[in-house]
Amino acid sequence: MAIIERPSDTSTEVTAYEPPPVTATSSYGYLRRPVETTGWRSWAFTVDHKKIGIMYGVTAMVFFIVGGIEAWLIRLQLASPDGTVLSADKYNQMFTMHATTMVFLFVMPMAAAFANYMIPLQIGARDVAFPRLNALSFWVFLFGAIFINSSWILGGGADGGWFMYAPNSDVPFSPSNGVDFWALGLQITGIASLVGAVNLIVTCLNMRAPGMSLMRMPIFTWMAMVVQFLLLFAMPVITVALFLLIFQRNYDATFFSVEAGADPLLWQHLFWIFGHPEVYIIVLPSFGIISEVLPVFSKKPLFGYPFVVFSGAAIGFVGWGVWAHHMFASGLGPVSVAVFSVATMAIAVPTGVKIINWTLTMWGGKLQFTTAMLFAVGLIVQFTIGGLSGVTHSVAPSDTQQTDTYYIVAHFHYVIFGGAVLGLFSGMYYWWPKIFGRQLKEGLGKWNFWLTIIGMNMTFGPMHIIGLQGQPRRMYVWTEARAGEGFFNLGFWNLVATIGTFVLSLGVLLWIVNVFVTHAGKNKAPAAPLDPWDARSLEWLTTNPPKPHNFDRTPTVHALDEVFHRKYEDVGEPNEEGIIQHEYVQRATLEELVAEEEANADAHIHLPAPSYWPIILAFSLPVLAYGVIYSTWLIAAGAAIAVMALFGWALEPADAEPTDFDPPSDDGGDSSSKELAHV
Amino acid sequence: MSDVVKETVDEAADIVEDHAADEHDHALLADHDLHDSDEHVHHTSLGISNTKLAMWLFLGSECLLFGGLISTYMLYRNRTSGDVGPDQLWDIPFTSASSFVLLMSSLTMVLAVSAAGRGDDRNTKIWMGSTAALGGLFLAGQVYEFTVFYREGLGYTDSLFASSFYTLTGFHGVHVAVGIIILLSTLAMLAKGKISGDKAETVEMVGLYWHFVDVVWILIFTLVYLIPA
Repeated sequence: MAIIERPSDTSTEVTAYEPPPVTATSSYGYLRRPVETTGWRSWAFTVDHKKIGIMYGVTAMVFFIVGGIEAWLIRLQLASPDGTVLSADKYNQMFTMHATTMVFLFVMPMAAAFANYMIPLQIGARDVAFPRLNALSFWVFLFGAIFINSSWILGGGADGGWFMYAPNSDVPFSPSNGVDFWALGLQITGIASLVGAVNLIVTCLNMRAPGMSLMRMPIFTWMAMVVQFLLLFAMPVITVALFLLIFQRNYDATFFSVEAGADPLLWQHLFWIFGHPEVYIIVLPSFGIISEVLPVFSKKPLFGYPFVVFSGAAIGFVGWGVWAHHMFASGLGPVSVAVFSVATMAIAVPTGVKIINWTLTMWGGKLQFTTAMLFAVGLIVQFTIGGLSGVTHSVAPSDTQQTDTYYIVAHFHYVIFGGAVLGLFSGMYYWWPKIFGRQLKEGLGKWNFWLTIIGMNMTFGPMHIIGLQGQPRRMYVWTEARAGEGFFNLGFWNLVATIGTFVLSLGVLLWIVNVFVTHAGKNKAPAAPLDPWDARSLEWLTTNPPKPHNFDRTPTVHALDEVFHRKYEDVGEPNEEGIIQHEYVQRATLEELVAEEEANADAHIHLPAPSYWPIILAFSLPVLAYGVIYSTWLIAAGAAIAVMALFGWALEPADAEPTDFDPPSDDGGDSSSKELAHV
Repeated sequence: MSDVVKETVDEAADIVEDHAADEHDHALLADHDLHDSDEHVHHTSLGISNTKLAMWLFLGSECLLFGGLISTYMLYRNRTSGDVGPDQLWDIPFTSASSFVLLMSSLTMVLAVSAAGRGDDRNTKIWMGSTAALGGLFLAGQVYEFTVFYREGLGYTDSLFASSFYTLTGFHGVHVAVGIIILLSTLAMLAKGKISGDKAETVEMVGLYWHFVDVVWILIFTLVYLIPA
């Protein structure tokens, strides 16, 4: 059975979105398919990439707040000498879980939210290649995230730092179950990333609309695809490391026990072979987002699109050859250090290429400083600062001085917050009307932006100073006696950083307020126009929010920036030197273009059917994981659920049977039947 | 026994003939696809089916998984405790025989894929069943080998060599076991007509996974058993 959808009659006016009629037909496997289009069931069993994207986004924002509260507690503890807010033990748990939450449960899923929502729309597809696997990715991620955080009420969080160096994370040094929750939980969210990576790569490579060649793919889709390749190859490496750690802690193996002759660098190598590509996994989606935003608000095409694409791919390749720069202080030997030092300097080049491209995109453009644009420009500036302090790490002698100080903390927050998070906010402001049909308030948005920027610089800027003064990271107190004098006084800058955290939090709070004000209350925003930003790429060639089937007619793509070229015609003439002086004249509005698509809608659109199995299969994983910690019986129960779900999944046809198609309509219009969904 | 051999040889001859016929069919089919959009053929941008592309990507990811496990083993292969090391434990003739069994299972898998490509359900089932049986024989050999090693004093936690050896070969064994379950499930679904979509492609996907697991074993057998410590 499947959901069969008929587009409305060939009316030329742009009508408001209405849920499609649903027909239930034959069922297979051992459960009837879910058919609800409203209520919680329509979300829990959905395979629609747009709903899954929204669920990813909501979950990520919840964990952003959780991670933010953890950050408050860390900064409150360090605001004054000999802080008493947290015990040493709780402090260790707090910084470990703050990093884990922000990296794995906020930035990565938020990027996954955009990738899920935008990739099919940007390439002109009706869904991802494997809709049920897509739902599985989300539910596995959600249950894994809840599993990790359940450690708070079951004996305390992990306390080994986000890179969890073994043997420091072995039982003698970390006797609570926190590290087990962490390792098993990341194993679970790793499955989500891996499944998502396979799914989205196949989508990008195989589901493109006619004419959408790789070099016409919108830049966000490109960067997201590079990220999925990084995930595909990075995740199995951390999987191995986590398995070794789990076997060591739970089954008495000695992979990391130095007294048994183990190599203490094994964990570091395995972790950072994953961990450095992870840095690009975090930041490249945001690079993609602002590469969409900057051209739109500069009224110019992206400067050097192929360079941005290939420098993104180059970052993806070189990112595999620099992992040991996280280990300069571990005694690798001069040859290794020299090699990784040079490789690290080399990876700054493609990143620099991107920054130059963004700057030249704005150069000479008609700049419109909307909130989305402000966040994008903010990214360029803040990320450049983080990138420059990163280059200072590539100089190994300097890095030896900086290792494990707050200077490192300053660096990676400028990169992750200044790079990844600002880009994600830019994307939210830019695509909000596309996703929810209303524009976030610009006034509040600007307050949101400025408080965030001021707050982040107040929080992370002083960390450069206190780090170079020698304050180590991960120490739960600092003492007045060694705080230093004058400008370099640790006390002053620690206090500034703590105040900065609350300014930053206020900025984020305004974002939440903005969401509520936009969607509820008497001042709520009106329905957004179809083309609020005069946008350029294919996701705008449909209604706001898009219909469940995305496009009424599968678009045929003729150019990079397809929507722009449908709206504008180049009437430029060559000048006396034979160089074409581009001059664009608007020939159509997006309203007219979308109306044309509706008028020529495909006759039969066949959407993938919802399914119970993704959420059930995902549920089996935390049961298994609790079993590893508490009881073999739970392992058996989890395995039983998993096997049942896998067979239920396999027996439920992903493709509806030919008899499930609605009968040919009278005008013989079924020649354009579209079928989606495999697996 | 000789009948089976004869059948195998005949099958092989069939494959060669079929291949030529397939090429012709594919050419026709491609032509057909271009001109007839009525068919429910999945058009993909790269021309390769989504499922197949996904399987290749997944196997690419698996390479890194075994890469990590093999690296760990290579790092720790000489860190034995007492005199319970590779030189004392390995029984090369036995492991060679079980490796041969696993390699032969790749041959039967090829025959199954070929039969499925011809739409020959009967032979598809026979060869998939044979593949699962050979895989089971290999797995039984591994269990026997582990038992012998354990009796000779190589417990999982006895040394770094022991832990990394059992982890690496154990992960491979789990992959074989999963492969057998997939083979038998596909066999049962084929028998009951429960496979939705393209039967031949489903069998081919099982085959891709199975061959990958075999190839990994060739690497493990070479690096773990054949190269002297």
